[in-house]
Amino acid sequence: MEYLRPRTWSDAVALKTEDPSVVPINGGTDLMVEINFARRRPPALLDLSRLDEMKGWEKRNGSVELGAGVTYTRIIEELSTELPALAIASRTVGSPQIRNRGTVGGNLATASPAGDAHPPLLAAGASVRAESMRGARDIPIGEFFTGPKQNALEPDELIRSVVIPAARGPRQFSKVGTRNAMVIAVVSFALSLDLEERRVGTGIGSAGPTPIEAVEAQAYLEQELEAGGNWDHRRRPAPEVGERFAEMAASAASPIDDVRGAASYRTHALRIMAGRTLGWAWDEVVERGGEGRRQCW
Amino acid sequence: MLVELTVNGRRRTAENVWAGESLLYVLRERLGLRGSKNACEQGECGSCSVYMDGGLVCACLVSAGQAHGAEVVTVEGLAEGGRLHPIQQAYVVEGAVQCGFCTPGLIIATHQLLSENPDPSDDEIREALAGNLCRCTGYEKIIDAVRLAALEMSVI
Repeated sequence: MEYLRPRTWSDAVALKTEDPSVVPINGGTDLMVEINFARRRPPALLDLSRLDEMKGWEKRNGSVELGAGVTYTRIIEELSTELPALAIASRTVGSPQIRNRGTVGGNLATASPAGDAHPPLLAAGASVRAESMRGARDIPIGEFFTGPKQNALEPDELIRSVVIPAARGPRQFSKVGTRNAMVIAVVSFALSLDLEERRVGTGIGSAGPTPIEAVEAQAYLEQELEAGGNWDHRRRPAPEVGERFAEMAASAASPIDDVRGAASYRTHALRIMAGRTLGWAWDEVVERGGEGRRQCW
Repeated sequence: MLVELTVNGRRRTAENVWAGESLLYVLRERLGLRGSKNACEQGECGSCSVYMDGGLVCACLVSAGQAHGAEVVTVEGLAEGGRLHPIQQAYVVEGAVQCGFCTPGLIIATHQLLSENPDPSDDEIREALAGNLCRCTGYEKIIDAVRLAALEMSVI
């Protein structure tokens, strides 16, 4: 096994293009486990953890471009206003030790259906910026996950950053697990309300072969909030709207029975989580309602 | 490959390091620092917790190459002049040690907590130590030890 230490991002891209079989490592929280247990022996590791180009974030045109190497700890500390659901999800990742190393770029590269960052990224309508010597491209998050632990990256591509629209309304995240720490989600759910564009975003984790967007539930809620005048008046939607939304969100999933939970439990929990996150989100709308309609969220 | 790093204030060198090796392996097997324990090797148990460049990490999940040039502090680096660190002393006094396997990691995690938050609440203690498993004590004594250490260190 070889160990490659590129000094710059462009060196890293060149090395990956030269030999697509090299495996990038950043926080190592997934990959090192596989190496420690001799489940994987890549021909070479490509150490991205020293590249400053990946460690920053920048807010531009209402979006945050989050470097693929920003750790969960930093997301919690620095981005809870712009990316509230991602920050909540980050706080549920592993333990302090894991959050100090793990990155959203790594989460995306691993592409586990249970990855904690994925539902908030889906709900926010993020896109993944991938780069190779052939050029850079933005992959919409809805097209990124192609199967269990599979993503749309080409063999020569590296993830440079994720572009995530900053919150223009409440964003919430909920996760079920057996403990408050060190838990792979049994099931998770993220919700985003964009009060300006009047859009609803959702993301479901651990309840299908990939993270899923509950597209029909989103459309239903958008329509009901419009018809009910809730966007305008910032009034809470009727309970039956929330219930129907929660049912539709749950039915968007295609969970299986596995060691972490039963399919029927996952569907049940999803319905509860979708209803709760909508309640929490609307609590925020109501709390901030008096601060003026067009205020920056 | 050659890995040069600073461990507990001393420059150390490990030669012929395999590319897939972890920082934990370097510390234990190449540098003879066996304080950091090797248990789950998947970041679940925290027995291998060390500081790397000021941050708390599981040494089993840091690849050796990533530690090149880094500043590492292990449990061996806490005591000064043959005297236990107040956190170590508190674990002894409170009986927070049974088999002792989790203790080095917990001591380092406690050190990290108290250096950022000298007077943590019980919830803050639990959250800060959530990545460190103990299979003997049931945690109550450990939490007592953290409280005592916080008190002792505030007096100093």
